[in-house]
Amino acid sequence: MAEPLLQIRDLTKTFVTPRGTVRAVDRVSFDIPRGSITGLVGESGSGKTTLGRTLLRLVEPTSGHTIFDGTDLNALDAAGMRRMRRRMQIIFQDPVSSLNPRLTVGAIVAEGLVAHGIGTARERRERVAALLEEVGLSPDHMSRFPHEFSGGQRQRIGIARALALEPDFIVADESVSALDVSIQAQVLNLLLDLRARRDLTMLFIAHDLSVVEYLCDQTVVMYLGRVVEVGPSRDLYTAPAHPYTRALVSAIPVPEPGGAGARTILRGDIPSPLSPPSGCVFRTRCPIAADVCAEDPPVAVRAGPDHIAYCKKIEAAHDLV
Amino acid sequence: MSATAASEPVLEIEGLRVAFRARRSAVTALRDVGVALGAGRTLALVGESGSGKSVTSLSVMGLLPRNGAVEAGRILYRRRDGTRVDLARLDETRFRAIRGREIAMIFQEPMSSLNPLFTVGDQIGEMLLLHTDLDARARRRRVIEMLELVEIPAAASRMNAYPHELSGGMRQRVMIALALVCEPALLIADEPTTALDVTIQAQILDLMRRLQRELRMAILFITHDMGVVAEMADDVAVMYAGAVVEAAPVATLFARPSHPYTRGLLATIPRPGRPRGERLVPIPGSVPALSAMPPGCAFAPRCPIAVEACREPVALAPLEGDHRVACHLAHAHETVAAHG
Repeated sequence: MAEPLLQIRDLTKTFVTPRGTVRAVDRVSFDIPRGSITGLVGESGSGKTTLGRTLLRLVEPTSGHTIFDGTDLNALDAAGMRRMRRRMQIIFQDPVSSLNPRLTVGAIVAEGLVAHGIGTARERRERVAALLEEVGLSPDHMSRFPHEFSGGQRQRIGIARALALEPDFIVADESVSALDVSIQAQVLNLLLDLRARRDLTMLFIAHDLSVVEYLCDQTVVMYLGRVVEVGPSRDLYTAPAHPYTRALVSAIPVPEPGGAGARTILRGDIPSPLSPPSGCVFRTRCPIAADVCAEDPPVAVRAGPDHIAYCKKIEAAHDLV
Repeated sequence: MSATAASEPVLEIEGLRVAFRARRSAVTALRDVGVALGAGRTLALVGESGSGKSVTSLSVMGLLPRNGAVEAGRILYRRRDGTRVDLARLDETRFRAIRGREIAMIFQEPMSSLNPLFTVGDQIGEMLLLHTDLDARARRRRVIEMLELVEIPAAASRMNAYPHELSGGMRQRVMIALALVCEPALLIADEPTTALDVTIQAQILDLMRRLQRELRMAILFITHDMGVVAEMADDVAVMYAGAVVEAAPVATLFARPSHPYTRGLLATIPRPGRPRGERLVPIPGSVPALSAMPPGCAFAPRCPIAVEACREPVALAPLEGDHRVACHLAHAHETVAAHG
């Protein structure tokens, strides 16, 4: 098998706050295969957004590594990192606040090209026109301002901007969450087309599990800063191994009357990241937790091909499936 | 004849038209909306941004913004004593005796109904002070009871907490307790779980179903999520651009969606078990602006099967039993569902 485009190893980000230290991302390791779309799911406060930024080094990690196409990003100096940045881009959730309202669409999409000194003004204009067409907008839109566009169109502008430097890797952080469902489908189809056409690798961060199941080859589940399960989407949704993933999958509302199966309703809320539980961070809400879960953190257990879960009760977990 | 039609509805909206004044013009936000909600049942209003589902709920609550007004139609509400009132024509003094007490509302964002300056216990207690003659001790007891009812742990101490000290899911529960403390006959829930994580959403929906059974309330449930509709609703009204385009019992709607917009919505959502990579079928274009409504059927410009006749206005009309559709083609030949 080809070397993965990204190898994330023991990546950790802690924030020091007046009320204590928060391990927002805690010893996270997984691979992102070339040309794949990997979904990153978890509830608010699970650390998925921080992870997306830390692995791009938009936020400096406290420890750990991101190996991007064989290069350890965390060993690069500022100049080396700047050269590397061209190959990785991010698309944000909110297409309103992530586009400068004072710039024309043309200037927004060309920003990266200008920053990296690519092309003449004329070449850049041609490139922007082609990009706008590629994302389903019209080259005529170049001279207009973001407020003249609908939410779905603004998201397309954000995607065109991310594509301008021809990156190998894109992090899409809740990129369709704010859109109406009929528009969301348009943008999801666009992402699938771009992946096929440009051989892009993507990390798609979302809280909507149905969207991730639809779009992503591989799914990574986070809870309170930790990865609890990684696996091919097909297996992870049909045979989730970790009790948290099982609860998460069972909680998805099914658009079919009487279609929801037996549901595991988790009690309580995600604990405060200021004082995470000892051992397994999920144990305080886990329906099958035992004394051993309070001791030390669980290690990776193989649940299937390319499928691992971090749970000491994984045998017991299988019996319940 | 179904159970809904047999028992007299709690809420019956007929021919409702609502308009908003802009600087020099006016836009019509609701056009001829008609729905009915039976006692103890749940009616889901489903639609995307700008469909008019929230304007409908605000009209029922008498909470339209100042520049909005009901121009035509009736909102008939059957009171606990059996009398019927038209909420669209009720003066504010009389409305106050109903709002909060017989009809309550919960929102997507709990902080829009919670006051950050008072403890949650004080806020629930205030509802009791306004609407009941309980003394201070009885009110306190009732507040604890309510917090326990919505499954807030350590209710007796949590009643002294301020909203910001609670998690999102917990605040949603407090808002529900606040809405239900006077045991309303009708609860309007406007996207109550949209901002919540999926496991917390499952908790809240489960809680709402239990409370509905125990308190025998009718729920007008506003959502954009077809999954939540399938799970919560007895009846569904699909709204598009300010009008109801299809209404039916939930099983009928999912089994035989007959308006091209409803069919489009169902084709556009990823659903569990659908083969991955199989493309979703998006609805092309976007919702028309209220100020630039196409003549005739508002969906026609985005409709894959529109014909010349679709330029003529179309009204919601019965297709079969309780199933109503506003589509020229659905009525022209009943086999239109085969297109889906």
